[in-house]
Parts: sequence; structure tokens; C-alpha cells
Amino acid sequence: MSVETATVRRSASTGFAARTFATYGQEFIILACIVVLFVAVGLIAPRFISPTNLTTIFVGNAYIAVAAIGMSMVIISGHIDVSVGSLIGVLATISGTLAVSGYPVWFAWLAPVIVGMVVTSFIGVLVAYVRIPSIVVTLGMLSILKGGLISVTGGAWITNLPPDYLIAQFRLFGIPSPVWFMIALTALAAMFMRYTAFGRSIYAIGGNGEAARVAGIPVERTTVTIFAIHGLFAGIAAVLFATQLQVIQSTVPPNLELTVITASVVGGVSILGGTGTVVGSTLAAILFAAIGSSLIFLNVSAYWLRAVQGLLILATVLADMARRHRIG
Amino acid sequence: MTLSLRSFMRHEAVLGILLVLVLFVLAQQSDKFFTTANILNQGRLMTEIGLIALPMTFVIITGGIDLSVGSILGLCAILLGVFWQNLGLPLPAAMALAVCVGALAGLVNGLIITRFKVPPLIATLATLALYRGLAEGISQARSVRGYPEWFFVLGQGEVLGVPTQLWILIVFAIGAAAILGLTTFGRATYAVGANETAARFSGINVDRTKLLIYTASGLVSGIAAVIFVSRVSTTRSDMGTGVELDVITAVVLGGTSIFGGRGTIIGTVVGLILVQALKNGLALSGVKGDGTIVVIGVVLIFAILASNLFSRNGDG
Repeated sequence: MSVETATVRRSASTGFAARTFATYGQEFIILACIVVLFVAVGLIAPRFISPTNLTTIFVGNAYIAVAAIGMSMVIISGHIDVSVGSLIGVLATISGTLAVSGYPVWFAWLAPVIVGMVVTSFIGVLVAYVRIPSIVVTLGMLSILKGGLISVTGGAWITNLPPDYLIAQFRLFGIPSPVWFMIALTALAAMFMRYTAFGRSIYAIGGNGEAARVAGIPVERTTVTIFAIHGLFAGIAAVLFATQLQVIQSTVPPNLELTVITASVVGGVSILGGTGTVVGSTLAAILFAAIGSSLIFLNVSAYWLRAVQGLLILATVLADMARRHRIG
Repeated sequence: MTLSLRSFMRHEAVLGILLVLVLFVLAQQSDKFFTTANILNQGRLMTEIGLIALPMTFVIITGGIDLSVGSILGLCAILLGVFWQNLGLPLPAAMALAVCVGALAGLVNGLIITRFKVPPLIATLATLALYRGLAEGISQARSVRGYPEWFFVLGQGEVLGVPTQLWILIVFAIGAAAILGLTTFGRATYAVGANETAARFSGINVDRTKLLIYTASGLVSGIAAVIFVSRVSTTRSDMGTGVELDVITAVVLGGTSIFGGRGTIIGTVVGLILVQALKNGLALSGVKGDGTIVVIGVVLIFAILASNLFSRNGDG
């Protein structure tokens, strides 16, 4: 918070462009990376920028961007959730099971969102009121959800999903619905965080919890609410994930929590809390999906994807720390 | 100090009673549970986690955490196979090199944490992805098999009727307990965790202490990798996935405070035995492997919950 404000103030006299860049520097860098990547890989392998591949990239990864919105809020408030991947796996399975069991489609969409909010609110209560560090609570939750899911379902495939349930395959003006969800939710969340008192209090808690308390912010209640909102986004992400194909495998998508956290952190959400935007995390999710896809088009083995992911987080984190030391 | 020591003894006492209770209940469930063969076999199975839990106790006492241990284990296991089979090195040299890589991986963690002041949670979350990614990229999902017979002594053999690796675990545990309890380095570890600034002002080289501890964590993960490969006779890049959870559960269950400054090796060993007894007992009672993961998650959360309540009572 303080770093961001200081940067903005210093460049206030140097015009709108410079000011915008100072606030959204990380976002512009990622946007530039995305453009460069698409142009460069597109020149080498033109099929990379074909509508089919672009659709694959966006439809297959929009749910990561959606989950990263909630994760960004959690990290900005100074916490973390390593169980989000397992949670999305569980919620997707619940949603799919309801859909094939003959429940109304709207119920199959709504139930995972509500269950998601209940689970993350519970995490929030343990973190805020019982004061267990979020990493421990969510590590425990990770194994509870993951183990619970596999022992109940045995990793079976859910098939015969009703066609009107597959919301991720709907199109509006020719553009797949996950892209609309991603854009709309990012815009909503960005405005919510920038212009509402609650949004500002997320930054305040992450910047300095004690100061936020003294300033009259109910830290515990706000923290629980942040986790609940995170569950809301995880629920929507789970529905998008569940409906993108004709089948759902009732297991936990491997490394999903890491991909979501990567998107948040690479998108400029400071690991120390207090700064970052959801626009950045959505752009980072797109960048990461594009990198994954380009590895295939450049004939690089997909087995290197995680190493690239790790290097990306590490590089961003180190850059973040270096910038902090220079400014502070 | 006396206050926290008293509340800590209370935690260990509670843990001890819990362990006896669990053992008693599990023994009722299955008559296979309390046989020598089963107990020794459990010792074999818990060695890798037990070894990594020792330096993890130091890490958590300093107020840090190391989530990358499972990935380091996977990376070292893959490199052991690659050094031996693809580069044609003699197996002992490959083993030594793999352990060195583990130490190097730990050193990198330590440097990121001390030089760049990156919070350990995020630093090791990043290297968790990086090291596992390297393991996957190097192995390309190929496994290495066909190790010579003598190599299996480490993970499948016995010395004086006790599994070889259990001896290694016992020696390491005694060594770790001595270092933590009796040396200035051990005192420095507690001091760093209790109050880093105060430790710095009282002349402790905080960065060097942390660097050594994270390097040791990587080194021991490398040793655990060699034992793991020897035990299961094969090398795969997904080895050690999720080990960090078991390790952290054992350490935290053993009374080490996740906020730093408190903890003992004895506690970790008791926590370790408790986790393994639960796993084994549940498996013998017919609970499937994935069900036991749920129990470990629940136990982890409740252990911290109880520990928080105790320390609150201790402070009041």
C-alpha cells in the first residue's frame, strides 16, 4: 500500500501516461510479454494464432484466471490458499454429479459456488479468529479435500452431462462464454477493489494489519469475507472447469493451486500483501496459458512446463523484492 | 522461558498420552498391528519422512518453512538414475552427487530467503515448482530401473535384524537432538525464531544460521531420495510428491511452533511415530490410502488448534 502510494505520488507531476505506468507497471509488462509472445510464436508457427488455437487457449484456461481473482484478494490481504486446486476439483465433481443426477441445471451451477463459499469461510474463520496460519489450515484442507474426493469417487469419470448444463461451451457474439466470464469478473473485481471501502480495506489489512485495526477496520470479519469471496470465485471457476468438456474426471487437477498462485504473483500481487491488482493476475493467467501452448508449437516437451512455471514465479518474486528494496 | 518450557512439556505429555491411546485402539482393531515384523516394517516406511522432518524441525523453529523438500527428493532421485545410467558414473559416485545436488538445492533456497529477503513460504513454493519441473523435464517421464543388488541393502536390507535405514534415522535423530539441544548453533536456532532482531543484535549471524539450516534440509532430502530409490528399486519423477505435508504434520504435531522459537527433536520423533501409527493402523483396519490422507489433514489442523490453545493458556 505505502509503496504503491509513494510511487503514484512521486510521478504525479509527470503526466497521465507516466502515472498510469507507475500504478500498472507490472500489468503493462505482462501485456507486452503477451503481445511479443503471440507475434514471435505466430511468425514461427502461424497455426499458433489461428482462431482454433486461440479459442483453445482461452476456453481451457479462463477458469484459472477466474480463480486467480479470488486468490489475488487472499494474497493481497496477506494470506494464502494452497487448497484451491483440490477445492475446484471437489466442486467440479459436485456440480457434475448434480447435473447427471437430474437436478435442475441452475442448481448444478449454484451449488458448487455455495459449497465453495462455505468451505473457504470455514478456512477464513480458522485463520482470522483461531489464528492458525493460513498455510497450515490450507495444507490440511488440501489433503482433506483431495483424499476425501478420491476415496469417495475413486477418480471415476462423470459422463452423459446434459447439453444445456455445459455453460462453458455457450457462445455470445461468437465468443465463448468463459472469455466473457473472465473479462466481466475481472472488471467487476477490479472496480470493487479500487472504488469500494471494502476493496480498500483488503489492501489496508495486507499492508499493515495493526494499522488497519486502529483505523477501525474489523480485521477478523473482513478476513472471513475475503475468504468467502475467494470461495465464490473458486466456485465459478469450478463450474467453468466442469463444463468445458463433455466429461469430468472426478480428481484434483494436478498442480492447479500452484498455477493459480503463479498467476496472482506473476500478475504483480505482492507476496508480502498490500499491493497488486486482479487485472494483472488475469493477464498473467493468459500469459501462462499462452506459454504452455507455445511450448507445444515450438516442439518443446510439455514436461518442461513446470520448470518454466517455477522460474517465472521465482523471477517475479525476486524482481518484486528488488523493487521494494530500491524504493523503500 | 520457564513458562513456555512448562507449556511445552504439557504438549509433549498430551502427545505421549495420545500416542498410547492411538496405539491401544489400533491394536484392538487388528492383531497384526503389534507384531515385531509390522513395527519394523513401519520403521522402514517412515524413514524418508523421518529424516526430512529433522532439519524441518530446525527450519520451523527459525520461523520458516520448506515446502520444496518433496520436489528436492524427486529431483535427487531422478538425478541419481541419470548420473548412473545415462552418464555411466559408478553408483556410489552417482549417490554422492545426487546428495550434493540436494544440498545445492537447499543452499539456493537459503540464498533466496536470506539474500533477497523473500518469505520462506513463497521462496520454497516457487522452488517446489522449479525442482519438480526440473525432475520432470530431465526424466521426460522415463523411469530408471535395474540397480545392482548391493544398492538395495540401504532400503530393503537389515542390520542386526533391524531395517538398515532405521539405523540411519536413529543416528541422524540423535545427532539432530544433540545439535539442537546442546550446541551454540542450537541455541542460535531458537534465538532466531524467537526474535530475529534481538538475535542479530546479540551477535548471532542470522543469515549464516538460516543458510546452513536450509542447506541441511536439502542435503537430508537428497539422502532420503537415495534411500527411497533403494527401497522401491526404481526412479520416477513424481517421487516424494506431497512429502512436505507429512513432514510438516509430524513436526507441528510434535509441538514445534509454526511461529518459531519452540520445538524439540524428541517431539518431532513422537509426532512422526503417531502419524505413521495412524496411517498403518487405519490401513490395517481397512481404510484406503486416500482416506488416511484425510485423517492426516484433520490431525494437522487439530494439532495446531490444540497447540494454540495451550500456548494461550501458557501465556496467560
